[in-house]
Amino acid sequence: MFDTALTLKDLIFLAKGAGITLAITAVAVLFGTLLGTIFGAFKAQASALAAAPLTFVLDVLRSVPLLIQLILANAFQSIAGFGWSPFTVACVMLSLYTSAYCAEIVRGGIEAVPAVTRRAARSLGMTWAQDMANVTLPMALRVALPGWIGLTLGVMKDTALVLWLGIIELLRSSQILVTRLQEPLFILMITGAIYFLISFPIARMGGRLEARWREND
Amino acid sequence: MFNYTFHWHQALRALPDMLWGALVTIEVAVLSMVLGIAFAVLLAVARMSANRLAYGAATTWIEVARNTPALFQIYMAHFGLGSFGIHLSPWWALLAGITFNNAGYLAETFRGALRAIPPTQTRAARSLGMGPLRAFWSVVMPQMFRISFPPMTNQMVWAILMTSLGLTVGLATDLAGVTQELNVRTFRTFEFFALAAVLYYLIAKAVMLGARLIAWRLFRY
Repeated sequence: MFDTALTLKDLIFLAKGAGITLAITAVAVLFGTLLGTIFGAFKAQASALAAAPLTFVLDVLRSVPLLIQLILANAFQSIAGFGWSPFTVACVMLSLYTSAYCAEIVRGGIEAVPAVTRRAARSLGMTWAQDMANVTLPMALRVALPGWIGLTLGVMKDTALVLWLGIIELLRSSQILVTRLQEPLFILMITGAIYFLISFPIARMGGRLEARWREND
Repeated sequence: MFNYTFHWHQALRALPDMLWGALVTIEVAVLSMVLGIAFAVLLAVARMSANRLAYGAATTWIEVARNTPALFQIYMAHFGLGSFGIHLSPWWALLAGITFNNAGYLAETFRGALRAIPPTQTRAARSLGMGPLRAFWSVVMPQMFRISFPPMTNQMVWAILMTSLGLTVGLATDLAGVTQELNVRTFRTFEFFALAAVLYYLIAKAVMLGARLIAWRLFRY
């Protein structure tokens, strides 16, 4: 029963796939967070009417399956003749996808800062930018960070979908091994364990952070 | 820049087929949600019980469901279960995968909701002569559903979006699958999938609207 044709080389192959998964996650979370912070801050400041176009686009990004978005982005880049690699398409689309969720988290964080606190900061003579940097953001960060950690883990799991574009990330590399070795259960369990090892400690850390910060409220 | 002619009429002509696919999508999502809620209630109760076996099994289910990709869970149902001699069709594998995922996420939602219900509610119900099951079913559970209704709505939208993953295990009857079938026949990828995206968006919006109507009808005093 414990016989397996899996070799160390295959494990390294899986680890390389996990590396691609992490690389795409890192890029998507980095750019997604930057964009999402801008979008979220804009949504918290601007009137609902001024933010309506942005709200609609972000809503579409959250209401259409990511797989369909990736297929559409890939088809669009070949129609438009960008000549992007699947990796680039995946990173661009996942960044936009991340930004849609991040914007909501950032907006929620900013709106959780009481208006009187911000008005007090402005009455002390702070400019809008000073109020943002020194008062609002530090307070908003506490509210937003647990959600952001959850989002990061969600994006890490969602990168599995880029296999449809032909990128050999963790799940796709496990499929390649399954095709060759014909041991689906064993290899999938190793793959699941790798995902779990990446995700679980960070999720636990996020949960602990959330609990600790709630005490101080 | 665009050395390409869009053929939207081709996609629009396929709209009836895609709408039938959308029906399968909704069917799978609703079934996975109903089954997921049933499992999630059991998991949430098991996770709060003193029985270590029940606690361990529930915790494993919940943590695996929450810490691995949904696509991995569907692959596990489709390819992994074959090692036990269980060969699920793509439709069943998709349903099993999404149900597993829904149950894991909803169980945590329900656990949070159960903690928010004062224990005096159960005690009051018990002192009125209700049995423990009766008290849970008639007093605690309705409140639990009420508290966790917004996250349940989100999970329903998630379930709709997750059904598109059936594509990767070869399901050809749901919205994404029908679209892919049309795509490989015509290579009008962008047109067909853009139409599918519109349909998914409308379904998601319909779910949100429906949830709001249900909440308005159910949760008023």
